[in-house]
Amino acid sequence: MKKLLLIMTSIVMVTGFAFNVQADPAQDLRAFQDFYKKKFPDVQFDDFGNGIYALNKQLRDEWEITMEFPPYELTLDEGKRLFNKPFKNGKTYASCFKNGGKNIAQNYPYFDIKKGMVKTIELEINECRERNGEKPLKYKKGPIVAVSAYIHSMAQGKRTNVQVPNNPAALAAYNKGKEFFYARRGQLNFACIHCHGANAGMKVGGNILSPALGQTTHFPAYRAKWGAVGTIQRRYTGCNKQVRAKPFKAQGEEYRNLQYFHTYMSNGVPLNAPGTRF
Amino acid sequence: MKKTLTILSTFLTTIFLGLTFATSAANAAELSDAAKKGQDIVFDRKKGNCFACHAMAGSKLPPGNIGPPLIAMEQRFMDKSKLRAQIWDATVNNPESSMPPFGRHEILTEKEIDQVVEFIHSL
Ligand code: HEC
Ligand code: HEC
Repeated sequence: MKKLLLIMTSIVMVTGFAFNVQADPAQDLRAFQDFYKKKFPDVQFDDFGNGIYALNKQLRDEWEITMEFPPYELTLDEGKRLFNKPFKNGKTYASCFKNGGKNIAQNYPYFDIKKGMVKTIELEINECRERNGEKPLKYKKGPIVAVSAYIHSMAQGKRTNVQVPNNPAALAAYNKGKEFFYARRGQLNFACIHCHGANAGMKVGGNILSPALGQTTHFPAYRAKWGAVGTIQRRYTGCNKQVRAKPFKAQGEEYRNLQYFHTYMSNGVPLNAPGTRF
Repeated sequence: MKKTLTILSTFLTTIFLGLTFATSAANAAELSDAAKKGQDIVFDRKKGNCFACHAMAGSKLPPGNIGPPLIAMEQRFMDKSKLRAQIWDATVNNPESSMPPFGRHEILTEKEIDQVVEFIHSL
């Protein structure tokens, strides 16, 4: 019974933003962003990408001092090296990405209509490897994070620009991600929106909760608790475990759809990856 | 509603901080056995972890402020069964509540909830 409860997800939609299955993504986006703009009238739109540091001056000052020696630097250098290092067949990652990987991360995740699925940069890094006769990398840690961080860094300053094409499969993926975001789950019965919606800026224990708007722009990010740079899906795993819910597989359909919706909601906020969070 | 709650909670926190030291020592002496057990559960991060969201007397780690400070409970909950109901499943009263349903989701046992009620009522 206990176990069942842990896995159980009650699809109870949380209002605060009216949940409307019929609503089109553009309407959702406007309502979502308006909510945070009203809630935090003093936060500049572009600053939402700085999470809790956009809300708290003291934390921000400490954070800015630490950023003189960014803790992600080694990982980023490693990512650049790996990105430019030829595979056995002589090609590099640049051959797999539009524009050689420059200024593209703001368009991810995107819906690949031919394959009928949401594509992330990490997924395409592995597709690229396999196409070039290399073994795929593990998703959670290590070199894939470094390569992804480097690709993201090449789009710094570009505004998030995720598209939901008017295609039934793309809309279905978007809606699944949206449901995930608003669904209570885990023994503690929280949806993402409970912690990062109306309660954003409040404290759970010692932690200030960041607004969901702008949460996606700085990943992969260095996180002190990890002592490493990690992907946003690693963060999803942590936020699911916190409420005693069973996390999903990295790069599985659930998290890709969630990331699709979640990133789309931050459209317009400039990319600032890799980020740092303490 | 949310706004009033927030303002109220800031207000109460202020008063509350003043009272914390004055009352907590006295409380500890008078607690019944059930309330003492309840206190352990309330401050156990794997069990009640109530201070993650509520400022309350006796919390050693920094409290959160998602929920209102738990203070003057006896006056505010004359009826202990209302207090118990809030802890058993807060979503009955407020479907959007972010307070975990400690009874409905078996986070705490029925007996543990009774003990928590005894302790919270003493605050
Ligand atoms: C019980 C509370 C809680 C729930 C539920 C929760 N989170 Fe979090 N989340 C946190 C805390 C605490 C942090 C760390 C502080 C912060 O940056 O918000 C965090 C951080 C994050 C971050 C990193 C923010 C940053 O600036 O680096 C992301 C992204 C995130 N959460 C997404 C989600 C998503 C998506 C869900 C739902 C699947 C979710 N969270 C559910 C508490 C929660
Ligand atoms: C994650 C947040 C969270 C946790 C953990 C939590 N609460 Fe709450 N609590 C709330 C919120 C939010 C409210 C405001 C009313 C509502 O939404 O249900 C509340 C309201 C209450 C109230 C009603 C207070 C009043 O003045 O009406 C009581 C009593 C209470 N909580 C007790 C507890 C106890 C005891 C625990 C631990 C066993 C606990 N809470 C854990 C969030 C939480």
